Amino acid sequence: MNSKSEVIALSSLAAGECCWVAAIEIHGLLRRRILDMGMVPGTTVECIRRSPSGDPIAYKVRDSIIALRHDDASNIKVFTSNN
Amino acid sequence: MKNVVRPMTTLAEVCMEADSIRLQNNNTIGDKIVTDIYANAEAIAQKVVTKPPAAKSLDARVDDILTSRIFGYPIMLALLGAILWITIEGANVLSQMLATALFGFQDVLTGWFEALHAPAWVHGVLVLGLYRGLAWVISVMLPPMAIFFPMFTLLEDLGYLPRVAFNLDHVFKKCKACGKQILTMCMGFGCNAAGIVSCRIIDSPRERLIAILTNNFVPCNGRFPTLIAVAAILVGGTFAQEYSTPIVALMITGLVVLGVLITFAVSWLLSHTLLKGEASSMVLELPPYRKPQFGAVLYRSLIDRTIFVLKRAIIMAAPAGALTWILANIYIGEASVIVHLANFLQPVAYAIGLDGFILLAFILGLPANEIVVPILLMSYLSTGYMIEVDSLEELHQIFINHGWTWLTALCTMLFCLLHWPCTTALLSAYKESGSAKWTFLTFLIPTAAGFAVCYLVAQSARLLGLA
Amino acid sequence: MVFSTETQQRVLREHFGIASAANQLIIALAGNPNVGKSTVFNALTGLRQHTGNWPGKTVDNAQGTFTYQEQSFLLVDLPGTYSILAHTVEEQVARDFICFGRPDVTLVVLDATCLERNLNLALQIMEITPNVVVCVNLMDEARKKNIRVNIKALEKELGVPVVATAARNSEGLDELLSVLYQFANGKLKPCPKRIDYSPEVEAAVETILPKIQRLIDHKLDPRWVTLRLLDGDQGFIESISLHLELNPLQTHKEAAV
Repeated sequence: MNSKSEVIALSSLAAGECCWVAAIEIHGLLRRRILDMGMVPGTTVECIRRSPSGDPIAYKVRDSIIALRHDDASNIKVFTSNN
Repeated sequence: MKNVVRPMTTLAEVCMEADSIRLQNNNTIGDKIVTDIYANAEAIAQKVVTKPPAAKSLDARVDDILTSRIFGYPIMLALLGAILWITIEGANVLSQMLATALFGFQDVLTGWFEALHAPAWVHGVLVLGLYRGLAWVISVMLPPMAIFFPMFTLLEDLGYLPRVAFNLDHVFKKCKACGKQILTMCMGFGCNAAGIVSCRIIDSPRERLIAILTNNFVPCNGRFPTLIAVAAILVGGTFAQEYSTPIVALMITGLVVLGVLITFAVSWLLSHTLLKGEASSMVLELPPYRKPQFGAVLYRSLIDRTIFVLKRAIIMAAPAGALTWILANIYIGEASVIVHLANFLQPVAYAIGLDGFILLAFILGLPANEIVVPILLMSYLSTGYMIEVDSLEELHQIFINHGWTWLTALCTMLFCLLHWPCTTALLSAYKESGSAKWTFLTFLIPTAAGFAVCYLVAQSARLLGLA
Repeated sequence: MVFSTETQQRVLREHFGIASAANQLIIALAGNPNVGKSTVFNALTGLRQHTGNWPGKTVDNAQGTFTYQEQSFLLVDLPGTYSILAHTVEEQVARDFICFGRPDVTLVVLDATCLERNLNLALQIMEITPNVVVCVNLMDEARKKNIRVNIKALEKELGVPVVATAARNSEGLDELLSVLYQFANGKLKPCPKRIDYSPEVEAAVETILPKIQRLIDHKLDPRWVTLRLLDGDQGFIESISLHLELNPLQTHKEAAV
């Protein structure tokens, strides 16, 4: 396995795809909120679905489903495979 | 544990030391703490939880439909329409039964007053004013509430409402507002005061204020019965009896949609003027669907909500009924006080498609929207057309006798949707915003919108010779 | 106990707007949103409840009472939060109450179908106070999804009493009441698990922990206070000053009266 897998934005994931959180490039309250909901570096995240208009996007994190706006999700960087 | 003197400087010193450690670590200690706690939680969960391998859950399949690109929006509209339709259909039957019983009892009461040789004015204030006001509020207002609330609470308990927020957030984002605003609007369906309090779920103060200022564009349960009654007048006679309920439901759904569209427009305007700012972020949890507990739903919707709203309506309606009767029976010169007031309001009211009595009823209904129709009826009934109102069909007749046209009905419905919030809602807005300025705007914005829309509709209809 | 009953009652009344009777035990109810916390609250208190706001905050507050084995309890519903690291007003209210309101027990409601995320909150609360009872709710939902939670193992891992419930069907409530009663009467002694932090966090804690220990004087868990200071939580520093420094002053004032 390649130990350095590709790093992409969480928002670019298609429904059904899994990833691992690499870095949260957001500051302030939202950063803390995202961390508190269990999206910490290393966490498995699955893209569940997009809303009818494509934004927000729902993700499965630690058995719960959390919707984030596209702009916010694009600032969360993820690995596409587990290294 | 006795009073030890703790010099504050020491705490400050330790804080400074902690700060310097934090900076040495590039400010990552906070993140590290959260991550570590989660690592502990993960380790424990791994030891104690056994899960079947992930399969596509029923929830996911339901969400596939409810939030789908094709069906998401139509299902929301259809659900709203269906709830309104069931409410109207059921309320018709219940209202008729209640009206028969309560107005039947009015004759019994009158009999008692006659037997006691009570003066006519006592009978007037207590029976024709107070009791009849109450009877109207209960028979017209109670049934829609008692049907609407449980159905809505059911949707709430099922977990559908966060999906509505998920579906609509995009539009709110365009208005630079928060998708959770729709949840506060849903609460507003029940009661705008409750809706305004529920704006607490919105984190950004700017977006919370937008939600508070626009909550009144969703018609609350005190206004639904008015809308239903007036829509029935508008539809009555035009269509065959069996189509009237679905058409009324459709009209009210349309009106609710109009309210939502105005909410979007006003939110957008506020975001670009008084409450300038960019859309902040939104984190929304979509909880699993849960089977509602029917007992709890019934209890919560009937006791907590229906009885609460009804109690308030009764407390307001009884004195308002008595006051209206007194105003209608004190004469200054040729006409009663109420006629003088209505005449005074007539020019403004006419310009926006109403008449002086309707506008007066809305003004006197400031304490509670539930009492607008009863006040209107009482003031109409005091002007000479003294027919006994024993059933709801006669209600339509009274309005028509007083010169209502389709335009009057339409403008009354629009004005009912778009006018000042009741005093309870204004009080909540004051408590939540903590500012007289924003409370005044909560009053002013829907009022201005109501006058503007009704004026435009009335004037263009008259210009085109339609009314 | 660091505080006397009268002091506790006064703090509850003046800082949190909660009026408790002399021998009433105070239970704080904490949990994530959507875990059936209010179902547990309603199931325990029935109609003996009233709602309002936390003093000076636009945050809902519900309190209710119930009696078990002739012992009266006051149940205080805290805002539903994912964390009590106090980034929002709700989290601050919950944390300040657990921290300074000194409830006799903090009952943490967890969702059995989503235990991992819920444990995060339980662990955070256990850092503040050892007086924690955990209630794993929604067991019926978990069964439906074939999720099994080993309650005994969880109890061992956490070191505090754990009760499984399905509050909607009144399942497990008797045991919950009995555990709360025993716990509040000192018959169950908690020995809460301490969170293992990574070496860099532990190293930072080591440097300032001794100073905090001297400063805090056992009124709060010094390790937890150290972590909050390292987290740079300004609001918490204000809260400490408000709640802890007030007490000596009040004692003086009362002595004068």
